[in-house]
Amino acid sequence: MLKDIFVTPFADMVAAPDFLLQVLWEGLVSGILYALIALGFVLIFRSSRIFNFAQGIMVVFAALTLVGLHSFGIPAWIAVVLTLGVMYVLAMSIERVVLRPLVGQPDIILFMATIGITLFLIGGGEIIFGGENKVMITEELGIPTGDSVLEPWGGLLILQHLDITVVVVAAALVAVLLAFLNYTQMGRAIRALGDDHQAALSVGISLQTVWVLVWFIAGIIALVTGIAWGARAGVSFALEVIAYKALPVLMLGGLESITGAIIGGLMIGLLEKLFEIYWGQPLMGGNTETWFAFVLALIVLLFRPQGLFGEKIIERV
Amino acid sequence: MKDTEGYVTADGRQIGGQLMELKNITLKFGGVTAISDISFDIHEGEIRAIIGPNGAGKSSMLNIISGFYTPTEGELWYKGAKRPPMKPFEVARMGVARTFQNIALFEGMTVLDNVMTGRLTHMNAGIGAQALWWGKARDEEMENREKVERVIDFLEIQNIRKTPVGRLPYGLKKRVELARALAAEPSILLLDEPMAGMNVEEKEDMSRFILDVNDEFGTTICLIEHDMGVVMDLSDRVVVMDYGKKIGDGPPDEVRNNQDVIDAYLGVPH
Repeated sequence: MLKDIFVTPFADMVAAPDFLLQVLWEGLVSGILYALIALGFVLIFRSSRIFNFAQGIMVVFAALTLVGLHSFGIPAWIAVVLTLGVMYVLAMSIERVVLRPLVGQPDIILFMATIGITLFLIGGGEIIFGGENKVMITEELGIPTGDSVLEPWGGLLILQHLDITVVVVAAALVAVLLAFLNYTQMGRAIRALGDDHQAALSVGISLQTVWVLVWFIAGIIALVTGIAWGARAGVSFALEVIAYKALPVLMLGGLESITGAIIGGLMIGLLEKLFEIYWGQPLMGGNTETWFAFVLALIVLLFRPQGLFGEKIIERV
Repeated sequence: MKDTEGYVTADGRQIGGQLMELKNITLKFGGVTAISDISFDIHEGEIRAIIGPNGAGKSSMLNIISGFYTPTEGELWYKGAKRPPMKPFEVARMGVARTFQNIALFEGMTVLDNVMTGRLTHMNAGIGAQALWWGKARDEEMENREKVERVIDFLEIQNIRKTPVGRLPYGLKKRVELARALAAEPSILLLDEPMAGMNVEEKEDMSRFILDVNDEFGTTICLIEHDMGVVMDLSDRVVVMDYGKKIGDGPPDEVRNNQDVIDAYLGVPH
C-alpha cells in the first residue's frame, strides 16, 4: 500500500515522461481558467470587500447570451461585441441597483446581495434563453478544433488546438490585467479603493466608476471562461461549477492577492490533474478532481489562515 | 464684496485675492449643532489655520470644505463661483486635496504608488487606452511619474519609495500622506492636524515642509491644529472656533490677545 502511494506514481512519471507532459498540459489548461476566474473574484473583493457569489452564474449568463444572440441570426463576432455590451449594462445595473444602496453595510449583507444577483440571473437566463443545454459556437468564432500530435522522447503528446487557444487567450488576458492594475492610474485606483475608501475619495476616485469597471472586467472574464469551458462541456447552468472551483484557489492564494490568484489557479489545475491520474484513478477509483482542490485548500488553511499569499492578519490585543 | 483684495503679511509676503469664501455655514447632525453660522475666507497663497479646543468643530469644517459633509445651511464660494453640493471625489477634482487626522493611506501599496494616486485628478486618457498602454495614456503616465518624483524628492522620502506604506513609522506616514496630497498640485491643500501625535523633532520637520511647500509651490494651505505654538509660528491668519462658533479671526498676534480665545483655551465656564 505504502509503495502504491509513495513509489509507484513517481516511477510511472519517470517511465512515461510523454504521458506526464500530457497530464501537466491538461492541468495547465484548467489551471489558467481557474486563475482567470479567481482574478475576477479578487478584483471585486479588493475594490469593494464583496465576495462575489455571482461570478459563476455570470459565466453561464455570458455564454448563454452569446449563444442565444447567435441563434437569433447575429454573426458570431458581432454577438461577442453585443455580449460584452450586455455585460457592461449588467455591471452598471448591479452598481446602481444593488451596490450603491448598500454602501457601508456589513460585508455579509453585500455577500447575500450577490446571492440574490445569482438567483436573479438564473431565473432571467432561463426565461430568456431557456434551460436546455446548448452547444458553444466554437467554429463560428473561428476557434480551431483540430489537434497536433507531438512525439517527445518517441512518445505521444496530443495538443487540442482549442486548448492551445484557451491558454494563449487566457494568458494574454491575465497579462493585460496585471499590466493594467500595476502600471495605470485606473488600475491604481482599483487597488487603492480596497485599502481605504475615505482616502480614495480624497484623491478623486469615484467609487461608482471603479465598481462598474471591476464588475465589467469580471464580466469580460466570465465571457472568456464561458466560451472556453462551454466549448469543451457545452453551455448549461452546470457551467456555474467552474466558479466554485475558484473558491479553493482563493483560499489558497488569499482573497487579496492578484499574484496569489494566478499562482493558486495554476497550482490547483496542475495538482488536481496529477493527483487524479497518478493517485486518484489507481487507488480511489477516480473522480477525485471534484474534491481534491478543497482538501488541499483546507490543509493550507490549517497552517496559513490568510492563504499562501494573503495579507498577514495582525490582531492587536 | 469686501476683502477680495490681497494683503501683505507681517513678514512681508504678498498674499493674493480671495480663493474660497464660506458664508454663514451651519452644520447639524440631528439635534446636535456642530457648527453654527460661521463665515470666513481663504486667500490665495496664504497659510490659514483653524484652531480650537477639542470638539470645537474644526474637523467638521474641514470635511465641509473637502465635500465629505454637506452643510445644513450656508454657502461655499470657490474661485468666484458658488459651489453646489458635491461628492468628495468631485471636490478633489476641482483642486482641493487633503490629509486626514488619523492617516488614510493605501497601506498595501508602496509609497510611490500611494503618491501616484494623487495624480488621479490629472488623468485624462480613456480606460481603454490605459489598459493597452497607448499613446496618450503612456505619455500621461510618464508625465505624472515625473511630477511625483519631484514631490518625493522635495519631501525627502526617496529612500522609502518602494516600501509598502504599512511598514512605515507614524511620522513618515504623515509625510507620505502630504506627498500624495501635494502630487495633485492642489489649489487648496487641507491638512487635518498634520502634527498630531508627533514628537518635537517630527513637528519641526513637518512645520518646515509646510512652510517650504507654501513658499516653493505657492500652495494655499488651510490647516487644523491643536498645538497653539506651532500654529502661531506657521500661519498668516487664524480662525478660532469653540463649541461650533467662531470666536476669533485674524493674524496670530491679534488672535493671541483676544480675550475670548484666551478664555476658551484656559477653560472659562460657559
